[in-house]
Amino acid sequence: MPPTDSLLKVSEVSFSRNGSIIFQNISFELQAGEILVILGPSGCGKTTLLRCLNRLESVGKGEIFLQGVPVSNIPVCELRRRIGMVFQTPALLPGTVEGNISLGPDLRGQGLAKDKLSLLMAEVGLDASFKDREVAELSTGERQRVSLAQVLANKPEVFLLDEPTSALDLTAALTVENLIKNLHSSLGTGTIFVTHDLNQAMRFNARALVLGNGGILAEGNIQELVHSNKNSQLQNFFRGQLSPNSAGK
Amino acid sequence: MENQALIFSYILVIGAVSLSWMNQLKLEREIVLSSLRATLQLIAVGFLLTAIFKIQQREFHFLILLAMCLVAAGISGGRGKAIPHSYAIAFVGILIGSLIPFMVLYAVGIIQPEARFMIPLGGMVIGNSMKASSVALNRLTAEFQHQKRQIETLLSLGASARQAAKGVIQPAIKAGLIPTLDTMKSVGLVHLPGIMTGYLIAGGDPLTAVKFQLAIIYMLAGTSGITCLVVALLAYKNCFNEQLQLLPLAN
Repeated sequence: MPPTDSLLKVSEVSFSRNGSIIFQNISFELQAGEILVILGPSGCGKTTLLRCLNRLESVGKGEIFLQGVPVSNIPVCELRRRIGMVFQTPALLPGTVEGNISLGPDLRGQGLAKDKLSLLMAEVGLDASFKDREVAELSTGERQRVSLAQVLANKPEVFLLDEPTSALDLTAALTVENLIKNLHSSLGTGTIFVTHDLNQAMRFNARALVLGNGGILAEGNIQELVHSNKNSQLQNFFRGQLSPNSAGK
Repeated sequence: MENQALIFSYILVIGAVSLSWMNQLKLEREIVLSSLRATLQLIAVGFLLTAIFKIQQREFHFLILLAMCLVAAGISGGRGKAIPHSYAIAFVGILIGSLIPFMVLYAVGIIQPEARFMIPLGGMVIGNSMKASSVALNRLTAEFQHQKRQIETLLSLGASARQAAKGVIQPAIKAGLIPTLDTMKSVGLVHLPGIMTGYLIAGGDPLTAVKFQLAIIYMLAGTSGITCLVVALLAYKNCFNEQLQLLPLAN
């Protein structure tokens, strides 16, 4: 029986595409209110793993549990609302900011009340003047904020963030990063933040899962992992990633 | 018409081949093969129709129309072969899209229960339906590929397949209807359509020709609309699996 106290439990999950293994035997748990950073080089399967959690892809082996219930037993539309995903590059629909943020509730035929819309926009740092703006006019950073609000409008229990700052410059990336930290602490959801950037992972100072070679290379607090010398593969990956002054931060 | 005149008119096809060659379109082979195919098909049909017109059984005429639907589906399905079951989808779309308007005109007596009415008019309807199906399937495939990220965003927010594909279905149906809509807008102003032209060349009364042509245009409009709708609604469902995941649509 899976433990019922985990918000999300990933158990021995494997995924192959066209006969080649992307990752195998991935297991981890996420507690409510926890932030987990998934770190790894490009192409190691981080995005695919998130897509499996949102069930945009199906795992080959293993099982994923949401609050103790196998996700295969949860209707897929409901599951995707409960495990919300923000993509690396926001793909908003043509129309206004309001139309995009209220998309999730609109799909259920519920609509989003004006006060809730204002609240969501404030949470992601968009002032009221953005409400009627066309999304085509927005910068990438602003579009990513709309994406965050779009997912939050569904009130997810698990918040998946797939390299949400990779298309932004450092200043905008730091702003969105802080926004995510604040959102995480105010909402109390379980959050999985995927990045290929070790410096960014270290700024979260959270539990991390390092992916590589088709599996988990290491799991633990990111600062401790960086300073431990147990795993040579891991140290090689970190050595190629760290900026000169970040290891001591 | 003299046979020599017909052979002489093939110069126009050679002109098209020359244009393709000069502009490096690499369509020369396809133009030649298509024109030869059309020539052989029409000669064969000429002989076939002569034989068919002698047969009186209506069931046989419907069987021929069914065979025409199958051939049309074979051609149209290829335009959307990235979509699973595209040939079956095209067949159902063409069959339903052709049958309903055809039976309406058949029931009101515009199409007489004779081979010389049923086969050419049926062919016209099925051909029109095939064009609409091809355009709809082609556009649907392109839109699914182009809008993949938006569709996955919608799915990730909890959309159903129909909700996620809404932005794909509408342009596909519209695209399939464009040729028929343009024909309706331009008929009589830009061109005189086939039925009317044939009737006039045969010495018929222009107003009677117009009445016939209008009935045909209404039938073709109905055909295009129904075909596009059926094809688009059947096709989009086949672009998702049972887990509501978007299938990769490779060309």
